[in-house]
Amino acid sequence: MGKFQLITKGLIKENPTFVLLLGMCPTLATTTSAINGMSMGLATMFVLILSNIVISAIAAYIPDKVRIPSYIVVIATFVTLLQFIMQAYFQDIYETLGLFIPLIVVNCIVLGRAEAFANKNSVVDSALDGIGIGLGFTMSLTILGLVREMLGSGSAFGFKFIEGDGILAFVLAPGAFMALGYLIVIFKKLTSK
Amino acid sequence: MAVKSSFRNMTLCLFAICLVCSALLAGVYALTAEPIAAAAAAKNEAAIKEVLPETAVAIEEERTVEYNGGTYTYNLAYDKDGNTVGCAINVTPLGFGGPIVIKVGFDVDGVIWNTKVLSQAETPGLGAKCVEPAFTDQFKGFNPAEKTLKVKKDGGDVDAITASTITSRAYADGLAVAANVFATIVGTPMPLDAATGSSTTSSAASAEGDSVISSERTSVISSEVEKSNTEE
Repeated sequence: MGKFQLITKGLIKENPTFVLLLGMCPTLATTTSAINGMSMGLATMFVLILSNIVISAIAAYIPDKVRIPSYIVVIATFVTLLQFIMQAYFQDIYETLGLFIPLIVVNCIVLGRAEAFANKNSVVDSALDGIGIGLGFTMSLTILGLVREMLGSGSAFGFKFIEGDGILAFVLAPGAFMALGYLIVIFKKLTSK
Repeated sequence: MAVKSSFRNMTLCLFAICLVCSALLAGVYALTAEPIAAAAAAKNEAAIKEVLPETAVAIEEERTVEYNGGTYTYNLAYDKDGNTVGCAINVTPLGFGGPIVIKVGFDVDGVIWNTKVLSQAETPGLGAKCVEPAFTDQFKGFNPAEKTLKVKKDGGDVDAITASTITSRAYADGLAVAANVFATIVGTPMPLDAATGSSTTSSAASAEGDSVISSERTSVISSEVEKSNTEE
């Protein structure tokens, strides 16, 4: 597989949200608006790339039976570092995202990529895989957030385009499931050809 | 790929990873602790200024007051002449998605100047609207002595957020608690009482424009407060 494909496969063929259906908890919880979805995607991508790099570098030295605890410690460390740094220097972003940052630890995409890809591949390939899957996740969350924001609040990326409240259900949990379901259908339809 | 597991290498490996990670975390924590604290303090001060009249220039250290079995924190603010202009009280009523942290600013007459939500976990699109001016502006100039801090559904004077009665109720309750806390603060011999009660001293101080006098006054007041605290 070429280096370029390592990145593009995360967008379409192995899209974490629409195809692998991984990391549903942050996907459903954070996509109340396009901005929230995108920020969560980018924060996850940051952790994913770093954890993929470190895990692919150390995987050969970790005894098989303790690999999962080791990966979790590495991932949790990166998430906590991210939280400290955002809290100290990017207060504004932290205020909108702060709540969701700890959720990245339990995001199975990060652990999933560590287990399925990073521990068998080189550091460079793992970094590219992190970028690809991260971009795919960011893209999906932004689309889902945008759809929910447009239907639920009548705005896109925070800009109101219709007056009034929109269909409130789409901002709430049931709307998240419905929007995700229909988006998966559309995604499957588009990619199956 | 991975090494064969034995008790020894598993223990060593986990120990090493945890050691490196905790060292890294401790290092970054030490580096960021100061900026984080500074950012939090700046945010707090900005919030205090936001809920109090513009004349408030000096904000005092946080104080605590007991009310109805709970402990509440508040800050007093003074204008450039050292007169008390208001009081910002922190309350945390329980909303729909957890506690809502609200800063409530009162002027010296006990009228709410402004309110600000510091943190909340209400439902986005519904209860989370409690941070928007459309809801919070109704509390500007709200006098708890004349109007009731309850949502209209419960016979009060607060316009609830559509479909978010629990959040609106919590907000109104929080403000009602703050109003009672304010009454408690004023009821004890404290600066606010001194400022409203003895306007002659403060106007004399401001007329002379002498900062020494006002600082003297403040120290007298704080000793009074200490006295009242020890009495309790």
